[in-house]
Amino acid sequence: MSKQIKVALIGNPNTGKTSVFNALTGLNQKVGNYPGITVEKKEGICKLPRGIKAHILDLPGTYSLNATSLDENVVIELLLNKNDKDFPDVAVIVADVENLKRNLLLYTQIKDLEIPTILVVNMADRMERHGISLDIELLEAQLKTKIALVSSRKGTNIEHLKDLILNYKNLSTEPCVNASVIDQEYFDGLKKAFPNQSIYKLWLVITQDVNFVKLDRNLVKDTSSFSTKSRSDLKRMQQKETIVRYQFINNVLKETFKKDINAAKDLRSVLDRILMHKVYGFATFFFILLLIFQAIYSWSEVPTNLIENTFSFLAEWIKETLPSGAFTNLIAEGIIPGIGGIVIFIPQIAFLFLFISILEETGYMSRVVFLMDKIMRRFGLSGKSVVPLISGTACAIPAIMATRNIENWKERLITILVTPFTTCSARLPVYLIIISMVIPQGTILGLSYQALALMSLYILGFIMAVASAYILNKILRTKTRSFFVVEMPNYKIPLFKNIAITVFEKTKSFVLGAGKIILSLSIILWFLATNGPTDKFTNAEKIITEKYKDQNISKEELNKHTGAYQLENSYIGICGKTIEPIIRPLGYDWKIGIAIVSSFAAREVFVGTLATIYSVESDDENTIKNRMKSELMPDGTKVFNLASGISLLLFYAFAMQCMSTLAIVKKETNSWKWPSIQLISMTGFAYVVAFIAFQILK
Amino acid sequence: MKHTISDLKRGEKGIIKDISNPAIPLKLYEMGCLPGNEVELIQFAPFRDPLYLNINGSHLAIRKQTAELIEIEKIENHITL
Repeated sequence: MSKQIKVALIGNPNTGKTSVFNALTGLNQKVGNYPGITVEKKEGICKLPRGIKAHILDLPGTYSLNATSLDENVVIELLLNKNDKDFPDVAVIVADVENLKRNLLLYTQIKDLEIPTILVVNMADRMERHGISLDIELLEAQLKTKIALVSSRKGTNIEHLKDLILNYKNLSTEPCVNASVIDQEYFDGLKKAFPNQSIYKLWLVITQDVNFVKLDRNLVKDTSSFSTKSRSDLKRMQQKETIVRYQFINNVLKETFKKDINAAKDLRSVLDRILMHKVYGFATFFFILLLIFQAIYSWSEVPTNLIENTFSFLAEWIKETLPSGAFTNLIAEGIIPGIGGIVIFIPQIAFLFLFISILEETGYMSRVVFLMDKIMRRFGLSGKSVVPLISGTACAIPAIMATRNIENWKERLITILVTPFTTCSARLPVYLIIISMVIPQGTILGLSYQALALMSLYILGFIMAVASAYILNKILRTKTRSFFVVEMPNYKIPLFKNIAITVFEKTKSFVLGAGKIILSLSIILWFLATNGPTDKFTNAEKIITEKYKDQNISKEELNKHTGAYQLENSYIGICGKTIEPIIRPLGYDWKIGIAIVSSFAAREVFVGTLATIYSVESDDENTIKNRMKSELMPDGTKVFNLASGISLLLFYAFAMQCMSTLAIVKKETNSWKWPSIQLISMTGFAYVVAFIAFQILK
Repeated sequence: MKHTISDLKRGEKGIIKDISNPAIPLKLYEMGCLPGNEVELIQFAPFRDPLYLNINGSHLAIRKQTAELIEIEKIENHITL
């Protein structure tokens, strides 16, 4: 393999950095994680002229080299560590022509690290409309670099950028700004103490938040030869440094950047007046939410059904085609339904990410954050928690993935922890069947009791989410300082290519990441349901045939009884019997116990499991319902009555019984601590509430 | 009388005077919130919090508690820096 040029793509958020990345790499990209943290690592390969390739690393967006989040920390850690395998041969800074002044701050910092640096001035297609003109040659001379004036949206001048990357060795590594003027004496001392180190690099190591940077601080530990500064002194110096940099930038732009202020005002102020209005703004937001709900509930129904049918067909087909045996059963009853259980989420996840990425690309998301921040803050959440909480009513998995936009770790963690309380679509089939059994038909003020019961469960979910956020906010301690500075980007028409890539990557990351865990647990559950420790399991057929030999029943009927008997004596059946004493006070028998245990794979499994246990003929809901209705306890009372029904509803509303969610929480928080806490506290709470409800109502 | 950004009315502008309060995040400086720069209040969210500002050409939202720390001098007419 020939040597690749290592390129780091750096820039402020909202500069079209991702579009530049997509334009350079096309689909030659992969998304992973940085080791040990959940920050996304995007890298790709770009083909340059003369058969040379460049490895492009798309670093998280940052406003400066003073890291305030884990994402930004990745940038500084990489740039300060020459031994990192990703340390760039050349840094490419992407700047938005309309915010050039602010974007250049980061540029001057990186330039001062003496890394060859190319400046990409993006969104060149908007210059004319905004009356902007640039003297590129002069700007190149003053910034001591080469500039590519591109439009990643239109794909113009990307070839020029590739040429610049190819010839990176010709770039000057001379710094632009001399940071040491802010305190000459202090920096002279530093220089004397570490004659071999770059001054600006030392300064960055000294000023970075200890919480974040894992750099070798021993480098500056020995303070005998230079005077140290207090934190507040350092911050004052950083402030001074920022002023010095802006002075330099202002001088540069005075000669090279012209903006005709009389140019027509853009759409921005008009749209802002509507979308951020205290009435119209909320109305628009509400309408968009309805649209998203509609898409997730109904548009995804067709592909979801298609997937479901395909997988059940596939399982049938394999059972019939392959020679029967344990191996075929494993494939047909364990692996295929397991994979199906993952693939079934794809339509909903894809739709959700489609909407979220459109909202983000257009710049609308920042407006929602602005509108909702104050309200959400009362509960320890952020304006940015709105999207995950709404998404959670479809499925907690994509919702938890959507929390990545929340920079503040505490607010993000709380959002992740409370999102599973919102009523996800998997709870719906369980709710529907139980409500129809235990809640009487009839109406009050024209509303049916059953519909009201369903609505109450949704509201209950939201209340629990918000209430637990409030409690967590009081309990949790974090070391990171909280602040809220949100850029309001320009409105843009979303680029199809960017959205397609985002939806594809996020969906893929779900299928491969959480999928592995879902699949393996599905196989375990299958094994437990199809194997048993005793003779009773292995000889089920004989025992049942013996039992019913005097009765004249069909072969089909016999098979059903055999299946039920086998399940009762399988590992999972024994499991249900074992936990019966625990769930008895909630009003459940061992069969419901099995359904609860297997619901851990996915809540909607509840109905299917009961169907198998009660050995009914089809999955048709009415049949199951009738069978469930007539199910009796050993003492002759009905299993499903108002008390046990309500208790069961409340248990499903609060309990954490979705391993997919736990898997994604583990992935997003990078520790088993938080999913364990969720599992124990939510399920514990569900138990207590269900217990109280049953004991009061029975 | 001292004014801060949170004293601005919608559409009003000011010149940033003092940002020495240590609780002001560094990020705000980097976004151009520095003495001498112009700040315009574009919009409030409900309950007058957060505030939507144009600082030195950057459009950003900050919470009221931060805005109260940034001292400004109100101006009536547009001044180009």
